[in-house]
Amino acid sequence: MTDIEIQKIREQFPILEKKIGRYPLTYLDNGATTQKPLCVIDAIRDYYLNINSNVHRGVHTLSQLSTDAMENARQKVCDFIHAREKSSIIFTRGTTESINAIASGYSQILGIGDTVVISAMEHHSNIVPWQMACERSGASLRVIPMSYEGVLDIDAYEDILKNNRVKIVSVTYVSNVLGTVNPVSQMIDLAHKYGAEILIDGAQSTPHMPIDVEALDCDYYAFSGHKMYAPTGIGVLYGKRKSLEALPPYQGGGDMIDHVTFEKTTYAPLPFKYEAGTPNIEGAIALGVAIDFLMEIGMEAICSHEKELMDYMTSRMKEIDGMVIYGTAPQKSGAFSFTLSGAHPTDIGTLLDNQGVAIRTGHHCAEPIMDYLGIPGTARASLAVYNTREDIDRLVDATIKSKMMLLG
Amino acid sequence: MNNIDDIIKGIEEDFSMFDEWVDKYAYIIDLGHNLPIIDQKYKDEDHLIRGCQSQVWLSAEKDTEGNIIFRADSDAIITKGIIALLVSVLSGQKPKDVAQADLSFIDRIGLSSHLSPTRANGLSEMIRQMKYYAAAYASQE
Repeated sequence: MTDIEIQKIREQFPILEKKIGRYPLTYLDNGATTQKPLCVIDAIRDYYLNINSNVHRGVHTLSQLSTDAMENARQKVCDFIHAREKSSIIFTRGTTESINAIASGYSQILGIGDTVVISAMEHHSNIVPWQMACERSGASLRVIPMSYEGVLDIDAYEDILKNNRVKIVSVTYVSNVLGTVNPVSQMIDLAHKYGAEILIDGAQSTPHMPIDVEALDCDYYAFSGHKMYAPTGIGVLYGKRKSLEALPPYQGGGDMIDHVTFEKTTYAPLPFKYEAGTPNIEGAIALGVAIDFLMEIGMEAICSHEKELMDYMTSRMKEIDGMVIYGTAPQKSGAFSFTLSGAHPTDIGTLLDNQGVAIRTGHHCAEPIMDYLGIPGTARASLAVYNTREDIDRLVDATIKSKMMLLG
Repeated sequence: MNNIDDIIKGIEEDFSMFDEWVDKYAYIIDLGHNLPIIDQKYKDEDHLIRGCQSQVWLSAEKDTEGNIIFRADSDAIITKGIIALLVSVLSGQKPKDVAQADLSFIDRIGLSSHLSPTRANGLSEMIRQMKYYAAAYASQE
């Protein structure tokens, strides 16, 4: 993308004009959440100004309008990730709830002797729900190992599949700490070869690259709206029809039923079986608008812009003496984790913040990775479409200054 | 030993000289480096205050004159510098005075964000623990 195109995009994010102290804001914490463009902010306001009404239950005009708007957003999500049918798209609160919905369903069908597989680079949201499912069902949890560079051991993965009764695999597409892009297509094929279903955690991939769930052939795909320019509190669970129909529902309540008596309830068809209670209507609509925003730029263009920035950031940060980069997989996206030898990541984060540079520090809700690397945490800069080479230059300058202050 | 209010006044005077955040943080980092190294025996689970970001170790003892002596450490240097400030204010004082100490100077020297519980660096919990130790010792008197 040209500088002018990026500038036009930045203009849609007024928050990026903010100053932190006397420094311009350099927002590089997009892996935690992205900023929101005006069109998304306006969509929330428009919803409450013009069509606010509960969905799927009224015959009145406003209810029809809000239902149409929400279902239109569902279609946009469906097209965005190339799902076959819109009934495969379930609105959730985010990736965490999407994974919990599947893990909760599985906890009721898993048994002793069954195995659940995750990887060594999962964040807590893709560890804890499966631990809970295993505790409830008596199934065991196996972890695909990774190398120090942050690359999963696919041979070991196949051995696990071969030697255990694996029912479900749940792995991240892109690591939120190391930035590794996992070979999910191959991993999906392997899971199916051994008769297991597979969930792909798309929280860190969906904002950064084109996604085609049909081509991938994953059984489930989870992602969050707020990491892709939509509001917090809205996310998506995609599932193949036969998989979603087979699993028991996650929560009970209104909207998810077909017919209720005190003796027996029959469930509504997809997607409503998984959408108990009044949904986050304005969130779903605003997610649809965020998708319009992304589609207008084009996911290919976003992907190549961010890759260029990642390469630039890697080469510039490498110039700093004492720089330690965590995650050096050949395929990386979004996240750049580092420390300075002899400095604590939280000190780096504090001093960068004083220079207007917003990054994340700590274990990034992925403590097992930190244990594996033998460090208390990392500093993580993470990219979005509105970032520029200037942002990277400011990160590098601020890191050099922080290093001088901390280590002399 | 000066009383707590005098020490705080001194700290506020020191900090009033810093116009730039750089100077302020350079001073805090310096304080962190100069905090006496804590004996390894205190760096165990019993003395650990686990933050999400950084960790703090704290021990409290009474000396022969009945003053409370704090020793503390952190794995992060800025956290350690702020610990050094708090130790300089509260260590060597009477338990009763520590329990009642007004620490609002932290806010006035512009470091309150470091002590908010959301910062998760263990500092806010450390202050709570310091006061808790002091109240426990004071109640024995």
